[in-house]
Amino acid sequence: MSDQAAARPTSLLNRGDHTARRHAAEARFRACGLGAILIGLAALAMLLTSVLGSGLGAFRQTYIHLPIHLDAAALDKSGDRDPEVLKKVTTIGYRKVIDAALVEAVAQAGIVIPGLTEDDSAGIISREAPAQVRDMALSDPDLIGETIQVRILADGRIDGYLKGRVSAESAARDSNVSLAQLQLADAMVERGLLSLDFNAAFLTAPDASDQRPEAAGLGVAILGSAYMMLIVLALALPIGVAASIYLEEFAPKNRLTDLIEVNVANLAAVPSIVFGILGLAIFINFAGLPQSAPVVGGLVLTLMTLPTIIIATRASLKAVPPSIREAALGLGASRMQAVFHHVLPLAAPGILTGAILGLAQALGETAPLLLIGMVAFVREYPGAPPEGFFDPASALPVQIFNWTQRADPAFVERASGAIIVLLAFLLVMNAAAILLRRRFERRW
Amino acid sequence: MKDTLTETPAAADTAKIATRDLQVHYGDTHALRDVDVDIPDRTVTALIGPSGCGKSTFLRCLNRMNDTIPAARVTGEIRIDGEDIHDPRIDPVQLRAKVGMVFQKPNPFPKSIRDNVAYGPRIHGLTRTRAELDEVVEKSLRRAALWDEVKDRLDALATGLSGGQQQRLCIARTIATSPEILLMDEPCSALDPIATAQIEELIDDLRSRFAVVIVTHSMQQAARVSQRTAFFHLGRMVEYGDTGALFTNPADPRTESYITGRIG
Ligand SMILES: Nc1ncnc2c1ncn2[C@@H]1O[C@H](COP(=O)(O)OP(=O)(O)O)[C@@H](O)[C@H]1O
Ligand SMILES: [Mg+2]
Repeated sequence: MSDQAAARPTSLLNRGDHTARRHAAEARFRACGLGAILIGLAALAMLLTSVLGSGLGAFRQTYIHLPIHLDAAALDKSGDRDPEVLKKVTTIGYRKVIDAALVEAVAQAGIVIPGLTEDDSAGIISREAPAQVRDMALSDPDLIGETIQVRILADGRIDGYLKGRVSAESAARDSNVSLAQLQLADAMVERGLLSLDFNAAFLTAPDASDQRPEAAGLGVAILGSAYMMLIVLALALPIGVAASIYLEEFAPKNRLTDLIEVNVANLAAVPSIVFGILGLAIFINFAGLPQSAPVVGGLVLTLMTLPTIIIATRASLKAVPPSIREAALGLGASRMQAVFHHVLPLAAPGILTGAILGLAQALGETAPLLLIGMVAFVREYPGAPPEGFFDPASALPVQIFNWTQRADPAFVERASGAIIVLLAFLLVMNAAAILLRRRFERRW
Repeated sequence: MKDTLTETPAAADTAKIATRDLQVHYGDTHALRDVDVDIPDRTVTALIGPSGCGKSTFLRCLNRMNDTIPAARVTGEIRIDGEDIHDPRIDPVQLRAKVGMVFQKPNPFPKSIRDNVAYGPRIHGLTRTRAELDEVVEKSLRRAALWDEVKDRLDALATGLSGGQQQRLCIARTIATSPEILLMDEPCSALDPIATAQIEELIDDLRSRFAVVIVTHSMQQAARVSQRTAFFHLGRMVEYGDTGALFTNPADPRTESYITGRIG
């Protein structure tokens, strides 16, 4: 006793050794915590700058502004604007019309580039442009014979030049683009024939082939992902919540329920590619569902999301104080009434948060979708649900993966742009989770 | 069990609640042994005894709340108004509407004050119109001596009330289902002296309509509010009798030790 009293400083103003050590330990711990947060923030900042830096360009696209005379002699030989006859003219026919219009417009603008051939000028037009113009003409045959002002895609290299990806030096090493073409592009920009505009088609257009990165869009992928999320939400949420309520509130607590609990937890840790193999074996090979279809993707992602939702739901049900159940049961409510009137509303924010986080995880999942053929090149939009669930479609993360595999550097930009879109969706979903939680928590 | 009944026909007839050879096990724990008791109607019966002696367990037997505890096993006979409450034809849900319970810690639903009181009548279909329901809510809150304090904020959250108010709300909520028996498990243990006094007054008032069984840790409270007292010790009911007699002239030495403060 006397020793202890001696070790303690006499005045409170004097800090003893012990206190000093405690303070030092606390300071060290705080520094570590702060350091960890800073490292995390730095990683996030790096990720965002790199993705935004390389991906924002995808939301802008180089367009050529041209008056085009849709020559009736070339495009409608019969002359009566019969749609069946018009369809016989392929994009090659339109290509000639567009090339001529460009040469004409360049000459009219008084642009003279030494060494520029007609093939060179035509080369700055995207391979996708004839299809654009053909679609226009087919949807409104009266345009044929008229001169219309159009906005068509420029070739990916020219787009890259305007965005700084292609330069005179790189062009010298690139057989796909010549110096003369770059000079032509400069001159056209000056005269307003060429400009970098907002690219809405990036979000709506379907994917495009290797040769036309400028036309590639996320339309089919977004639709496919949305369909799959609908399926996951419609299946995983009710099944997961029902399973959790049964396990948590009704099932007898015995070996079997313990076993189920352990297995659900294990299932949550199973690598997603395993679910893909399962999906391939069961849904495609056994049940005979079509490949590349959102319905299969949705089912596989449902299997993957179920454990997450079950775990989150059970945790939020457990967090509801038992006194609430006792109160309800004590008043003569049945078990089911106690659960549905009192426990579930209190657990709802946690359940919804878990469901949305599970959904967000499913949205970004790639590996299982690769296995069930969602990686196929799909240019056709899937139909409206429910039939559309069985049409081939792509998915956002798979589209990203797909684009990073392509040779043309323009696809790197597309892939990064798609990552931005994916991140934006995830951000919206997480914000929704937070909002829902806030809204429901006010009740307490 | 039939035999025990025929042996004590008089007691079983007049008693509101009668238990014979009641045993409760929680897994391997034998929490309640051989409890035989006859609890009369329109009386406050206090259950006293040291912590862990089985008072709450006994109370939970009476409305079959022990059914909700997986480990609990209840054997023996409990009759309410002469009916065996373990009869397979009896629905515990109906039983609990007849035998209301107020818990140790106030546990209002995180809903409005009105919804709390209206919940019982609603699920049991006791009222047909909104006006009838409002009437039941008001009557119950008045009986629980809470009406004047909350009549202007019936739609406010019940969890915003003070502890004493919450406990009176729980009492109002329980009496709104028109039970015949009111079980209270240490209803004042979380309350300050003023709130306690209010609840005690309320209990005294409730005696005119209900059989009240109250667990309490305070012998003064038992003496103040009850007419009959049962003393529990280590899972057995040691002594049961008129409150005055039990406190002034205990028959069992264990009872005497407890009320004089030697076991606690
Ligand atoms: N849910 C339970 N599970 C297991 N044992 C319990 C449970 N509830 C009570 N017990 C045990 O039963 C005995 C009596 O408890 P209880 O009735 O709560 O006592 P009291 O209310 O008189 O303090 C104690 O030994 C306690 O540990
Ligand atoms: Mg107790």
